[in-house]
Amino acid sequence: MTKLTHLSISEALEGLEKGDFNAVELTEAHIAAMDELRDLNAFITETPEKAREMAAASDARRAKGEAGVMEGIPIAMKDLFCTEGVLTTAASHILDGFKPEYESTVSANLWNSGAIMLGKANLDEFAMGSANITSYYGSVKNPWKREGDDTTLVPGGSSGGSAASVAARVAMAATGTDTGGSIRQPASFTGIVGLKPTYGRCSRWGTVAFASSLDQAGPMTRTVRDAAIMLEAMAGYDAKDSTSVDRAVPSYKDAISGDIRGLKIGIPKEYRMDGMPEEIVKIWDQGIAWLKDAGAEIVDISLPHTKYALPVYYIVAPAECSSNLARYDGVRYGLRVEGSSLDEMYENTRGEGFGDEVQRRILIGTYVLSAGYYDAYYNKARRIRTLIAQDFQKAYDSGVDAILTPTAPSAAFGVGENQDDPLAMYLNDVFTVPASLAGLPGISVPAGLSSQGTPLGLQLIGRPFDEGTVVKIADVMEKAAGFTALPQLIAGGK
Amino acid sequence: MSVDKATVAKIAKLARIRVEEDKQEALSDELSKILDWVEQLSEIDTDGVEPMTSVVEMFQPQRTDEVNDGGYAKRVTSNAPESAHDFYAVPKVVE
Repeated sequence: MTKLTHLSISEALEGLEKGDFNAVELTEAHIAAMDELRDLNAFITETPEKAREMAAASDARRAKGEAGVMEGIPIAMKDLFCTEGVLTTAASHILDGFKPEYESTVSANLWNSGAIMLGKANLDEFAMGSANITSYYGSVKNPWKREGDDTTLVPGGSSGGSAASVAARVAMAATGTDTGGSIRQPASFTGIVGLKPTYGRCSRWGTVAFASSLDQAGPMTRTVRDAAIMLEAMAGYDAKDSTSVDRAVPSYKDAISGDIRGLKIGIPKEYRMDGMPEEIVKIWDQGIAWLKDAGAEIVDISLPHTKYALPVYYIVAPAECSSNLARYDGVRYGLRVEGSSLDEMYENTRGEGFGDEVQRRILIGTYVLSAGYYDAYYNKARRIRTLIAQDFQKAYDSGVDAILTPTAPSAAFGVGENQDDPLAMYLNDVFTVPASLAGLPGISVPAGLSSQGTPLGLQLIGRPFDEGTVVKIADVMEKAAGFTALPQLIAGGK
Repeated sequence: MSVDKATVAKIAKLARIRVEEDKQEALSDELSKILDWVEQLSEIDTDGVEPMTSVVEMFQPQRTDEVNDGGYAKRVTSNAPESAHDFYAVPKVVE
């Protein structure tokens, strides 16, 4: 029999239903995997005891015929979701010891649907980063390595612990959050599927906020079908988040039909950037060929404001972050560093509690929102954000069903590479940020290997709230790609 | 757009983040580079374009203005570094 840790969610659900194994056994296998691969540093907090309790309760529910859509599935919860009574850090020193008195809506939805928590996954501090190297709890290792090269690679970010744990078969799936690419880029770097839903599809309530107009939670899994199953459990209207959308949640997996004949796939010419590595161009062309062979119609489209998306993002996101992170003041939770006055206490706490990248973004945000610069930077960026969203709207109005692009401009890089210059790091999100700014759903699907044997993903961007079409096309692409390669570091060995 | 050391100190003060003087130089360089890079946005004509306020079209939900939660001060203050009698405790602010 296949190792329990190698099963997909849909395979595991079938095995649980047939009684081949139970949730306790499945969970024990994953706890052992977590133990074995602790060196990846994928978790900030492991919760094996909680997992065992939840597994026993899950088996009891299944026995009573009350199984939910994620019943008995052990997952990693990104440590950006507040979990009642369980340390929640956002990978920041400033949240030292914070144990929320409440549960985030997304995590509560998952537990209500039967999922089991293995632990809280590591991430970039406050989800700010593209390599998972800014965590106060240390960087996460990518379970993949280049062929014949022992360099430790980054898993991408910010959902790096989530991505690494799913790729290494430690967790069957994980939650991620995506502000500018934080689900899709790490999925691409670790050879897994990452789905960022439409803005408003999942509630943001109880999720530590980074940039509120962009943040969106989504599933990270090993198959497209699994992402569809898990999104159904996570999504839904929540009166506690006024930006969550009151629309019924369809069964996304039912949208997977294997038939994409006649669908129009847009290929945006602006994503063919100068200096793009040959292997990225090649995998993209391969993706186009796969979809064409499956009967989709390929059309060239133009998204003229693409090149401005990153600079817009690096105004809008820091502006919102400077405002959101004002709450960490040493008074209500986490770290306090004393000072001789209240102001000095604030300054000492925030100076010590926030890492370099977070401080940099707060300062940029404070600057662009300050008197005299608000119009020149912040309002200008919001105007161009409108133009970026209109670019996509025009493409969809012309009949395009989805857009195909590479997920990231490179494969996973080594720890220490790209680190001297913040701008070089920001460029990682060049293909993911535009859809974030436009609030659109996007998925990264593993498509192949780089010349050095590391994974490369392709991104599909859909219409607002049309995650169904996105997973339908992604499933066809996944089957065509037939990505079966495994990382070097994997629970139980290859 | 160049951000000098004095500006770094000023925005750090506004953001209530203690930035040691020896880090101000490096930050001034990094912030200047980032702001120089975003400067390219000025090449786009945005006259008549509305700034985006909401990325998906939605109406603002209304609710009745009534208390629907609360009454557990101990839980609210349970994570405070310092609290007393169900209040947050802070350094003295009034002389």
